[in-house]
Amino acid sequence: MRAWSGRILSVAVPLAVFGFLALVPTFSVDIPRLFDGPLDTPGTLQILALCLLFGGVAMSYDLLFGYTGLLSFGHALYFAIGVYLTAIGLTKWEWSLPKTLLVVAAVGLVAPLVLGAVSLRVGGIAFAMVTLAFAQAGTVLVAKNPDGLTGAEEGVFLNVDPLPEFFIGVFNMKNLYWLTLGYAIVVFVVVRWAVASSPGRVWQAVRENELRVEVLGLRPFSHKLMAFVLASFLATAGGVVYAILIGGATPEVASANFTLSLLIMVVLGGAGMRWGALLGGILYTYLDQRLPALASSEQVQDLPRVFRTPLSEPLFVLGVLFILLVFFLPGGIAGIGRRGRRRGLRALEEAVKPGGARGGVVDEAEAGA
Amino acid sequence: MSASEKTLLRVEDLDVFLGGSHVLQGMSFDVPEGSVTALLGRNGVGKTTTIRAIMGLSARRGRVVFAESDIARERTDRIVRRGVGYVPEDREVFGSLTVDENFRLAERNGSARYDLVYSLFPELRERGGQRAGTLSGGQQQMLAIGRALLNENRLLLIDEPTKGLAPLLVTEVAKALEKAAEITTVLFVEQNLGVVRRLADQVVVLDQGRVVHAGSAKAFLDDPEAVRRYLGVSKAEAA
Amino acid sequence: MSTWVLLTITGLGLGAMYFLIASGLSLIYGLMGVLNFAHGAFLTVGAYASWWAQGKLDGIGSIPLRFLLAALVGLAVGALIAVLTELVLIRPLYQRHIEQVLVTVGLGLALTALVAGIWTQTQQVYLTPTWLTETTSVFGAQIPNDRFVEIGAAVAVLLGLLAFFRYTRYGLIVRAGVENRAMVMALGIDVRKAFTLVFAMGGVAAALAGILSGVYFGGIDPARGTHLLIYAFIVVVIGGLGSILGSAAAAVIVGLMQQYANYYASSGIGDIAVILLLAVVLLVRPGGLSGREVAH
Repeated sequence: MRAWSGRILSVAVPLAVFGFLALVPTFSVDIPRLFDGPLDTPGTLQILALCLLFGGVAMSYDLLFGYTGLLSFGHALYFAIGVYLTAIGLTKWEWSLPKTLLVVAAVGLVAPLVLGAVSLRVGGIAFAMVTLAFAQAGTVLVAKNPDGLTGAEEGVFLNVDPLPEFFIGVFNMKNLYWLTLGYAIVVFVVVRWAVASSPGRVWQAVRENELRVEVLGLRPFSHKLMAFVLASFLATAGGVVYAILIGGATPEVASANFTLSLLIMVVLGGAGMRWGALLGGILYTYLDQRLPALASSEQVQDLPRVFRTPLSEPLFVLGVLFILLVFFLPGGIAGIGRRGRRRGLRALEEAVKPGGARGGVVDEAEAGA
Repeated sequence: MSASEKTLLRVEDLDVFLGGSHVLQGMSFDVPEGSVTALLGRNGVGKTTTIRAIMGLSARRGRVVFAESDIARERTDRIVRRGVGYVPEDREVFGSLTVDENFRLAERNGSARYDLVYSLFPELRERGGQRAGTLSGGQQQMLAIGRALLNENRLLLIDEPTKGLAPLLVTEVAKALEKAAEITTVLFVEQNLGVVRRLADQVVVLDQGRVVHAGSAKAFLDDPEAVRRYLGVSKAEAA
Repeated sequence: MSTWVLLTITGLGLGAMYFLIASGLSLIYGLMGVLNFAHGAFLTVGAYASWWAQGKLDGIGSIPLRFLLAALVGLAVGALIAVLTELVLIRPLYQRHIEQVLVTVGLGLALTALVAGIWTQTQQVYLTPTWLTETTSVFGAQIPNDRFVEIGAAVAVLLGLLAFFRYTRYGLIVRAGVENRAMVMALGIDVRKAFTLVFAMGGVAAALAGILSGVYFGGIDPARGTHLLIYAFIVVVIGGLGSILGSAAAAVIVGLMQQYANYYASSGIGDIAVILLLAVVLLVRPGGLSGREVAH
């Protein structure tokens, strides 16, 4: 009986949530303080769309980090590939939309396959550093602006001609909103389906104890690579949507800070939990978007400089919030009430534990904690 | 070896969980001052875990009273500074440091008993400048024991000192431990029953994380039935 | 030939700065298992502290004197911020490695943003004694004198560290702790004091790198720390986590490689070459140049 009602709920709740979100552009509701305009205005919708988009990208990162225990510092690279390739393809190379999508999809599969195969040769810290380095290569490439393609600092302004009518123009923001909602739904469904599948269960086993997985004859490497490619592909897809949403490409998406933001989103929401990453992504993006507006509000401007300056910097506020979060709520928002730390973060100890087998005294002392 | 009336170490209702399994389940036993106590049991029953729990190297619940103070909540280094020497199961000497440096590191206050240690293990004096990682297994064991004897410890916790050693070395180690037992209380884990017979006053036998027998060493070892039941070894091995 | 000499010495100068950052990172990771993402922020804060002091000392004494005093201020602030970080943020999370890493991520972001908030993203001009901006002729090449100071500083720090490890008790404790932290505790030593010390040392070295980078680049900006941190991480991994000598060797290689490739190939290729080098090293020898993942 309970299992049956559990299954109903696990379908009903997402349906209700996403159904509600789909109806938002029809609400002519004003939420003062939280948003500048009513919910059905383009400005507000764009913020919401960004929240949903990064919620989706955060979920793709959670697949890698929260479920498989792979601490990658280079996830932003695949998102950036989606953004830049879309923008460059449509604008600089004047491709049609279908052709652009095909090429991006192909690159979005091949790139993580190759880079992942190399990175996953090592584990733990070394893996984190390699992914960081590969992402840095992307940053350098963007800054270097080969053939003027990436536009360096200025980025690429999207040529909207190849796009379908209903995505162009400020008044069609609600269609863009639905596009990003669609993206978020797709990622949500794919991630849920993937982690429940048998490879998905192996990913979670790898996160807990890779050695045991190997001993059982299941090959960790190919499973990790599978997770890596899927997560990266989902991020690349997000990049495509992002490029269409904001009308171009800008260098921050290729920055190291961006992957760190993804990490924060996932931990904020709760790693390895169904709604965690989506919640974290939405909340983080909202704060990142709205904090500057808050900072220029009267109340903050009236504060003495020692308070006003830090509060005007979103990254400062987010950084401090994150520190507080790690201390007091390591399981993230979705982990409130549960044994949050054990679920989300404990398993990730494997990813950063120094030196692997360094002698019984260390390992057990740490395991007992 | 006269056992005094006073209890140096009392373990009461000790519980240890490791990675989800309940390894020690309400263990209780006493170690009288001046005695040599052997912790026995089949593989995997929790002998090493007991030693490590006393040392504070694993999270533990319950009471551990050392010389009238409850150390169950104390950090490892504080416990050690109360006068506890530790020889871990895999020796854990610092391979990248020299023998001399290993000793120097172990010095706790001014009064390090180098003459005692070198008289027991003259080889270590000769090999002072040698990197500990290049020592043989037996030499590393000497170093591990030596550094525990360097300070005036009231209690020595020793985990399988003769593991993996050739018979000649086993005898040497046993001799050194005999000397140690003269000056300090010893609680040690040992599979080699010959060594146990030679050194121990009393035994504490574990099974599945609990104490199932405690008493005179001689009485236990002279009872082949008990030995077989708790340790799963034949009479011949117990000799 | 003279170009090559200039490139080589410049590469060594750059490598010197990488080493200064990497040495702290390597020690902190090797001893404590903490990946300190705030290390770049230590650099930035130290650099800005010294720059701020330069401003305050305006008009007092000669430029070299002001520079030195301000540098001392920067170093002190670097040490202070590192010690505070360790005591307030890292120590309470003892043995919770992933939280420690996350906390440094948050701190790095917050500190860098704070600096940017106070002094904006614009590069600030860094006061430099005239001699440092002049050049000396070496084998026909005109070498800016600051390169010698950077290389000298790195060598001094390296020698200082080696002496610290060899001759002091805390050095002994750190060496042992890098190998087996819990056993050090089991000898009755409170390793946590060594943790704070190592963080302080890392903070000073990072601040020094920040000050020297101010000279090298002619100015400082809030992103400097993060930018250099990534290459420092690469140096640490190539050299082998926990190994000072490995970091030193890797820093030289990385610095030289960046210069040569950026010049002889094209600008930006050097950075990519370094990344490829990391990938190759990790594939061939995951423990880095020093061989063991945590070793000295």
